[in-house]
Amino acid sequence: MNPRACRHLAKLLSLPLMLSASLLLSGCQWVVLDPKGPIGLKERSIILTATALMLIVIVPVIALVLIFAWRYRASNEKAQYQPNWAHSNRIEAVVWLIPCIIVSALGVIAWRSSHTLDPYRPLASKVKPLRIDAVALDWKWLFIYPDEKVATVNQVAFPANVPVEFHITSASVMNAFFIPQLGSQIYAMAGMETQVHLLADAPGTYQGLSSNYSGAGFSGMTFKAIALPREEFGSWLAKVAAARHRLTTEAYERLAKPSENNPIEYYSQVQPRLFAGIIAGRFDGQGGRRLARALPRAPAPTAASGTHGMAAMDAPDAPAMRSH
Amino acid sequence: MLGKLTFAAIPYDNPIVMGGVGLMVLAAIAVLGTVSVMGKWKYLWRQWLTSVDHKKIGAMYIILAGVMLLRGFADAIMMRTQQALAYGSHPGYLPPEHFDQVFSAHGVIMIFFMAMPFMIGLMNCVLPLQIGARDVAFPFLNSLSLWLTVAGALLINISLAIGNFARTGWLAYPPLSELRFSPGVGVDYYIWALQISGVGTTLTGVNFIATILKMRAPGMTLMRMPVFTWTALCTNILIVAAFPILTVSLALLTLDRYLGMHFFTNSLGGDPMMYINLIWIWGHPEVYILILPAFGVFSEIIATFSGKRLFGYTSMVFATMAIALLSFLVWLHHFFTMGSGADVNAFFGIMTMVIAVPTGVKIFNWLFTMYRGRVRFDSPMLWTLGFMITFALGGMSGVLMAVPPADFVLHNSLFLVAHFHNVIIGGVVFGAMAGLTYWFPKVFGFRLNERLGKAAFWFWLIGFYVAFMPLYALGLMGATRRMDHYENPAWHPLFVVAAVGAAIIFCGILLQLAQIVVSIAQRERARDLTGDPWQGRTLEWATASPPPAYNFARIPVVRDRDAFWDMKQRGVDMRASVYRPIHMPRNTGTGIVMAALLGVAAFAMVWHIWWLAIGGFAAAMVALVRHAFDEDREYYVEAEEVRRTEILRGRAQLRSV
Repeated sequence: MNPRACRHLAKLLSLPLMLSASLLLSGCQWVVLDPKGPIGLKERSIILTATALMLIVIVPVIALVLIFAWRYRASNEKAQYQPNWAHSNRIEAVVWLIPCIIVSALGVIAWRSSHTLDPYRPLASKVKPLRIDAVALDWKWLFIYPDEKVATVNQVAFPANVPVEFHITSASVMNAFFIPQLGSQIYAMAGMETQVHLLADAPGTYQGLSSNYSGAGFSGMTFKAIALPREEFGSWLAKVAAARHRLTTEAYERLAKPSENNPIEYYSQVQPRLFAGIIAGRFDGQGGRRLARALPRAPAPTAASGTHGMAAMDAPDAPAMRSH
Repeated sequence: MLGKLTFAAIPYDNPIVMGGVGLMVLAAIAVLGTVSVMGKWKYLWRQWLTSVDHKKIGAMYIILAGVMLLRGFADAIMMRTQQALAYGSHPGYLPPEHFDQVFSAHGVIMIFFMAMPFMIGLMNCVLPLQIGARDVAFPFLNSLSLWLTVAGALLINISLAIGNFARTGWLAYPPLSELRFSPGVGVDYYIWALQISGVGTTLTGVNFIATILKMRAPGMTLMRMPVFTWTALCTNILIVAAFPILTVSLALLTLDRYLGMHFFTNSLGGDPMMYINLIWIWGHPEVYILILPAFGVFSEIIATFSGKRLFGYTSMVFATMAIALLSFLVWLHHFFTMGSGADVNAFFGIMTMVIAVPTGVKIFNWLFTMYRGRVRFDSPMLWTLGFMITFALGGMSGVLMAVPPADFVLHNSLFLVAHFHNVIIGGVVFGAMAGLTYWFPKVFGFRLNERLGKAAFWFWLIGFYVAFMPLYALGLMGATRRMDHYENPAWHPLFVVAAVGAAIIFCGILLQLAQIVVSIAQRERARDLTGDPWQGRTLEWATASPPPAYNFARIPVVRDRDAFWDMKQRGVDMRASVYRPIHMPRNTGTGIVMAALLGVAAFAMVWHIWWLAIGGFAAAMVALVRHAFDEDREYYVEAEEVRRTEILRGRAQLRSV
């Protein structure tokens, strides 16, 4: 049993290593490891660096487990046997120190990268960012272009190499807005606004999804994120602006009704202040409207710990503020 | 009269559900029928159902865990087959409203009704023996805890046949779990099943803290306690500190759903983020409530099977305490993507990594316990070695996700699913199985079949890697969790591999069932007459297998950490010279009766049958008060009976030598 046990263990150990090797060698299916924008690239390098740092300890530990188990097997009479040996200051110091060192290194990475890759942090760029408001509905994504005054469903386009400032909310339950090849995801929550700043380096079509389970139609809540060369983005906008339907209040309320695997839709005009109204709960028929009328100047509840996204209710064009 | 309950609540039209219900009913009829045919009802009631003996309660907890493992695993197989089938134009065989219940039930059952009862069962079986006590501090509470947990488990399984279960995921995040988005009874089943079993768990916590702090054998100072006892102490402190938070979060959700309040609703000042914070302030300590006892199990096993003292005992104790404390400071890492800001994210990320330090120290200490030992590869040790390797990998993926920007692309993906199964199967389940094989002879008096046990281990280990390594890969390929259907054909082969892995694990489970059947059939050959089948080191091995109801005729005096090892070395005679009557608690049916009444009340709450809910609760309180006024709750085991038992044991021991 003993030698066989060890061989089996060794074989098993090689499985994850083989998988990770094939993972690094293969092509574009590994979207998280094949990013198309600076945020995703930095996140990939953090994943690889952190993994490498940890492998410095993990590989020797796994090897030592196998080596010690084999070397000190009961049938090996030649190996030293010290049944009462249970303490060594030197070894103890080392075993506390090694994880401390690795964790300190990782901690520095975590602290720095949390700040540089904060989803709310605007990207450094000479180009003026494009603002897109994303609304999670049951079960589709509504994208509003506040400056261009058009809207789309389940498809979002933006020029490559231009920072995109996504302002995100939900008109229903919690979802998460995620384009894996561009990087960071962020929750979409009703009555609140979250933000994520992304940029695509290269034109292309990237898969987008909700990564937080939200009910029956969740699996079909995907969308295409299309990064276009700048001139093509203009003609895309023109195409949307020529759409037959307008996103009036009534059209929005129809759209907000639950639907699964919703087709792509274009809207040529958008009811002004629709996004702020959604955050204020004016359309959810659940009393948000009453509250909003009763307290016209109150700020909307803010995301998470209250440090983000103070979207004033009646001033949809005001930039999201952030208090520190 | 019956609230919302009508015959329409039974899903006659769903063949899959009715098939499951049919299986459950058949199994129940088979069990009840066997008991009736064998005429064992009286025995069952007197010796087991009303028992306050910690060993029997422990065994019943583990039986519950085993049955729930089968139920939860059936859910797992359904999910894996659905995802292996449902891509592109293939819809699979489960519609979303069914698939969503399956993954919610899988999580709830595996955590609350498999892993928790398994660990609490092991503690019950072993802990009083390890500290040289005759029972737990509050034997009746212990029985009540068990039956409340059983009532919760029953309630969840009833939801299969009557009504439906939650479609919200295992933590029932609002606003999805609010009345507006989940109007059915599914979430109510979830709430009441967890509330009722949560009370049981909290009482267990109180009970074991008191037991460990007040009932240790003379000479057993805190720093002489076995490591399993230490981890159990930390676990129970965590239970007492964390479970009330779960109770309150669920109570607030209940107020929202039943009385139209707005704690977590989208509108009128409700704040779903509050629930998510609260549930993880309980939820993260919860995962340590599961893993710490497993760490204790491994510590005992690795010392025993290396024939050596545990390396770095003091480090182990401090590491356990450190993990217990830190577990309350990391909850936010479950939702870095909520947008809390860089400082908050970084703080919780770093605290999470800090937990890796004491955990790493533990792994090193187990490693150096084998160093210069004499390692025997019995099946408990195989589980332990499998754990050390698997858990190291799972820990690594966990620390990776503690870096907030890494989590921004990995959160909620199948990478996350792979990670927590990596630590929960590799840690908690392997620990439970190791503990089961290690302590089985102590509780039942005979060993489990080693051949089948080892075969089961290999199937579990290989099956785990085949089932979950593809999920790591899928996560990096952008696949998210909880999808009943997907479009990307490139994911399909890996989902098929994962399903094969689940099938391999299933073979492991079948082998374990065979192991139990075969071992019972051949028990005479595998009797443990010595009470010490593994050359143990701690006090549970100092008494007979199975131990008499009173555990120890003479309470041992502890002079060393490895108390029993030390006694064997010094040649201490454990036999009593004078036999005295032993004061013991009397069995009581109050626990099972109260739990049954509260279970009925909880079922009535689910269906808004108010009179029955009030009646059930009131009746349970009457039973409690009656028990409180019952003066005749203890008895003495006569000295003569103790003498007879001990002499019989002595003869058996001699025969085995």
